[in-house]
Amino acid sequence: MTLFLPVILPLAAIVMLLFSYKLNRLQQFISIFSMSLLVLLAIHILLEVISNGPFAMQAGGWEAPFGITFTVDLFSAIMLVTTALIALIVTIYSIGFLDKTRKQAGFYILIHGLVTGVNGSFLTGDIFNLYVWFEVMLISSFVLITLGAEKQQLRGAVKYVVLNLIGSVIFVTAIGLMYGQMGTLNMADIALKLREIEHTGLINSSLMLFFIAFGIKAALFPFFFWLPASYPTPPVAITAFFAGTLTKVGVYVILRFYSLFVITDLTTWQMIVMIIAGITMVSGVLMAASAYDIRKILSFHIISQIGYMIMGLGIATVIGLGGAIYFMVHNILSKTATFMAGGLFFKYRGSYDLKEIGWIYKDKPLLAFLFLLPALSLAGIPPTPGFFGKLFLIYGGFQAGAWEITTVAIIVSIITLFSMVKIWNEAVWKKIPEHSKAVDKKTLPVSSFWSTLVLVVLIVMFGLGTGLYADYFFEAGRQLMDAELYINTVLK
Amino acid sequence: MIMRSEILKIAALHLKPLLLVLSLIVLYRGHNEPGGGFVGGLLAGTAFVLHGMAFGAECTKKLPLVKPFLLIGLGLMFSLLSGFIVVLFGNDMFMQGLWINIPIPGITELKLGTPLLFDIGVYLVVAGMLMLVMLSIMEED
Amino acid sequence: MLILLALIIGFLYAASIYMFLRRSIMKLVLGIIFLSHATNLLLFVTGGLRSGAPAFTNADGTVDLSTISDPLPQALILTAIVIGLGITAFSLVLIYRFYKETGTVDLDELTESDKT
Repeated sequence: MTLFLPVILPLAAIVMLLFSYKLNRLQQFISIFSMSLLVLLAIHILLEVISNGPFAMQAGGWEAPFGITFTVDLFSAIMLVTTALIALIVTIYSIGFLDKTRKQAGFYILIHGLVTGVNGSFLTGDIFNLYVWFEVMLISSFVLITLGAEKQQLRGAVKYVVLNLIGSVIFVTAIGLMYGQMGTLNMADIALKLREIEHTGLINSSLMLFFIAFGIKAALFPFFFWLPASYPTPPVAITAFFAGTLTKVGVYVILRFYSLFVITDLTTWQMIVMIIAGITMVSGVLMAASAYDIRKILSFHIISQIGYMIMGLGIATVIGLGGAIYFMVHNILSKTATFMAGGLFFKYRGSYDLKEIGWIYKDKPLLAFLFLLPALSLAGIPPTPGFFGKLFLIYGGFQAGAWEITTVAIIVSIITLFSMVKIWNEAVWKKIPEHSKAVDKKTLPVSSFWSTLVLVVLIVMFGLGTGLYADYFFEAGRQLMDAELYINTVLK
Repeated sequence: MIMRSEILKIAALHLKPLLLVLSLIVLYRGHNEPGGGFVGGLLAGTAFVLHGMAFGAECTKKLPLVKPFLLIGLGLMFSLLSGFIVVLFGNDMFMQGLWINIPIPGITELKLGTPLLFDIGVYLVVAGMLMLVMLSIMEED
Repeated sequence: MLILLALIIGFLYAASIYMFLRRSIMKLVLGIIFLSHATNLLLFVTGGLRSGAPAFTNADGTVDLSTISDPLPQALILTAIVIGLGITAFSLVLIYRFYKETGTVDLDELTESDKT
């Protein structure tokens, strides 16, 4: 029962929110209450996994390969906690940030729908059920990205919707081929049966289709074009949550699938993953270096950092995967925080364009630091969590002898620092340009400011305390590599 | 503007209750025969869409049953409850089916169960969604 | 029958890709609809085709595997169709709003948000 609650809880909240439609204050209260409950629930599940190891539950009491399984290991529990935390913080942030029309048009309902889909994708052990949760997540995000229906938003949304729909269709095609070949949809059962049968071309081609489908969701190299076109268009409160969670679900599923299903042709797959990771990192960071809009720069950096996570999969050692998981958590927190701080810059100075704004340090030094700390974390300066994430990945990379990708990772992280320094110089230290068209608003919504502050403090603490819990991340990486453990957990 | 045909108006007035009853029948027989919550919900939604085509979206929105958000909320609630009923009976299997048969003397027996409750939830959600989408498109004209 | 279905699936995929390459957004949505139909048919074929074999057990509960067809792909298709309904409705409303805002359904109108 516990494992279904992360999905049931937001759904129940949606019911209450629908009943209180248009009652803004009540909706805010319900949202914050349910998100806080979700955080507690996720922490409870995490503690349970830490003390008792991975466990699984069957929906409706149907035995494992036939029914729908929900299963949790350390990796998914860590992701659950992180997204629940981010959902709570973004909900509080949006109270002050979003305009009333958007909030009344169902923002709270949709963000709960998104959380339902994300949690379901983390927990499910059935590939078709995974598709359903993906769709729950995507449909909520479709509506969120068009919420308010400004011209720019609609332009971005058309691309987002079309490319993600194609991704979903490819996903279903892959499921169909997999089912036709294996006769089962349970992930553990598939992994078990893959060991027994001859590895045919159809399996490899459906694995490739899965890779393309999740690559579209995760914004990997040849498939990322929807992301920079659509993420900068909605209000930052929405983008912050998208940036933190949506692409990471894609990465989560790639990590899960490839540790379970790729059994033969390991070196080929590893090489494909490494090359894609490298190109993703480089292309994202180079495009960011040429952009001048805060939201665009940060969106391009999402792509570049997805490359690091996939690199961990390519290294495929305990340190590499543990580092990738640590990096995902760090990235969810830091990325959301930079977007939120960028949104506060907008509220204060009235523009996202770096050429129009400046001198935030003079008026609001604390606000400048709210951006600086997560930005340094993205670039990987010690003692922020970004440093440790990259340290683990690079250490793992050298240890596994993958020095090409590791060199690329180091160079990319220097260019990341350049982009972050660019935002800092232009927005914080520069005088406001004389011909600036931006109108100073000098407003800082209270809830947005404090929620960003809390998140930044959390990031700093997360980085400083890395030594205390680094072992859990490596344990998560070990559990991820151990396909037998997953199969035994689900099938008993 | 849409042409308002008298024939369509009269047809819609009489077809609406018929479609609603038909949708309920389809909903009930859905467990073992073709039908179910989704198709039933579509039929119920269509009844109101037809009304909207004949009389205009503004008029349809004033009908007592047209409250899309309430319907979707109720539907989600029923679907969630159908999973919880079994938990209330002390069994930890979320979403497991429970059935009771109520005999109606001389005619048949009424089979009620949590899957039916789930289907009612689907019915309400689909009907509500269809109303919401179609009426908001029609309103823009 | 299998060959016929394979041809239909291939034709639908080809038609949808042709639609994707057109400039009108309306055709893009048509392409998505074709693509999901092609995929639904593909799912249908994966369960194996058996003519006249229902997906039911005998009345006494025994199962004869040679006369039963796999019910799972049909359940999957149903789910995919329901999701497809929601998505098609959404994308139609989306392009309608897009048309109202920009006054065009030309895909080249979209490039503006890509400029850095």
